[in-house]
Amino acid sequence: MNWTNWTGWISTFFTDPARRSGPDSIANRVGEHLTLCGEALFWSALLAIPLGLLIGYTGRGAVAVTALTGVARALPTLGLVTLAVLLAGVGDTAVLVPLIALAAPPLLVATVEGIRGTDPDLRDAARGIGLTHRQVLCQVCLPAALPTLIAGLRTATVQVIATATVAAYVGLGGLGRYVIDGLATRNFPSTVGGALLVVLLAVAAQLFFSLLLRYGLPPGLRAQRAASRRSGGTRR
Amino acid sequence: MDGEPLVRWYWIGDHLAYLRDLALDHAVIALVPVLIGLLIAVPLGLTCARFPRLYQPLSAVFNVVYALPSLAVFVVLIPYTGLATRATVMVPLTCYAVAVLLPTTVDGLRAVPESVRQAATAMGYGPWHRLTAVELPASVPYLVSGLRVAAVSSISLAAVGALVGRGGLGYLFIDGFQRSFPTPIVAGIVLVAALALVTDLLLVLARRLLAPWAVREKGAAR
Repeated sequence: MNWTNWTGWISTFFTDPARRSGPDSIANRVGEHLTLCGEALFWSALLAIPLGLLIGYTGRGAVAVTALTGVARALPTLGLVTLAVLLAGVGDTAVLVPLIALAAPPLLVATVEGIRGTDPDLRDAARGIGLTHRQVLCQVCLPAALPTLIAGLRTATVQVIATATVAAYVGLGGLGRYVIDGLATRNFPSTVGGALLVVLLAVAAQLFFSLLLRYGLPPGLRAQRAASRRSGGTRR
Repeated sequence: MDGEPLVRWYWIGDHLAYLRDLALDHAVIALVPVLIGLLIAVPLGLTCARFPRLYQPLSAVFNVVYALPSLAVFVVLIPYTGLATRATVMVPLTCYAVAVLLPTTVDGLRAVPESVRQAATAMGYGPWHRLTAVELPASVPYLVSGLRVAAVSSISLAAVGALVGRGGLGYLFIDGFQRSFPTPIVAGIVLVAALALVTDLLLVLARRLLAPWAVREKGAAR
């Protein structure tokens, strides 16, 4: 195999007419990939964020969260996906469950840490001016936890985009199709092109959330972040 | 899958030696990269602590590296390192380990109290000597917590290597899936998780031995 073929492979992949229309087109595969990731992230968020708010605010069960995320990180996604397909048959659900197991723990940890990291004085003051617990949680702790929460969402998204490639191994669509089919048929342009597209998608997601963290936060939080960065800079 | 039980115990009994070999192969593929990653990340982190301006661009680079999907990187490496070789899987895992360990090293070095640093300077330590002899040992608890994350995720990521022909226990997933036989898959999941938990436990013990003060401090602080 000659590595100078690189550009050749990539141009073969991208100039193939099958990439422009039909089921194997880039638009279709990217769409499938993003749909799968979106569903996984949606269910993870629905599961992890309310639970994280509750645990972070009450402080109960934080130890269980640490233990749970340790175990979840140790579970191999490929194993879960293959097992789920054998048990439940090929379908989105079989891949969604392992992807949720992958994405929910970092989201849960980020939510708990964000809520617990709220300045206790701020919480006391909010209680002192007569806010109920629910109001303190929604109007004080949640906005203050937003940066941590978004950072957790970034981790989860990037991991899900990267791991959803594995779905192709058990027969589902998405960008993994190019990679897995290319490997199976020794079609290197397809494999390398697919890999490149996954990398681009993951980096784009990373960039999107980094920009959101930098420019999309409420003005009060942005000032706070800038201040903490400054003090971080002077520490050395 | 009709009528096939989740686990056929006799299969596990018949394949104990095979499972052991796969687990050893898996441990080498997953953990050697973490060690190499540590050997790269610590000097790099020390350099970043000495010259803080280096840290921003380096951490940006490794942030991107960490975002790269493992399967994609394995595939891209095949032309260089060959199909089904250990290197194809170990090179990316090393990069991921560095990506995890570099920020923890730098954070650990930065968390050393200013008073400790000043005391060391007053005792006549130069910047490099102080970093290696005072600040690095003081940041061991941070390093170990980074190592725990790196080791556990490396062990579960290594299984994906099975798709490019070398994934230790990951092979059990492929094997079980192709034969619609769940027993090897269940055995593989359990063994990967067990390997990760044992490694994690060993690292916690290592922290107790290397940094006994951290356990006490943590208890007092929280």
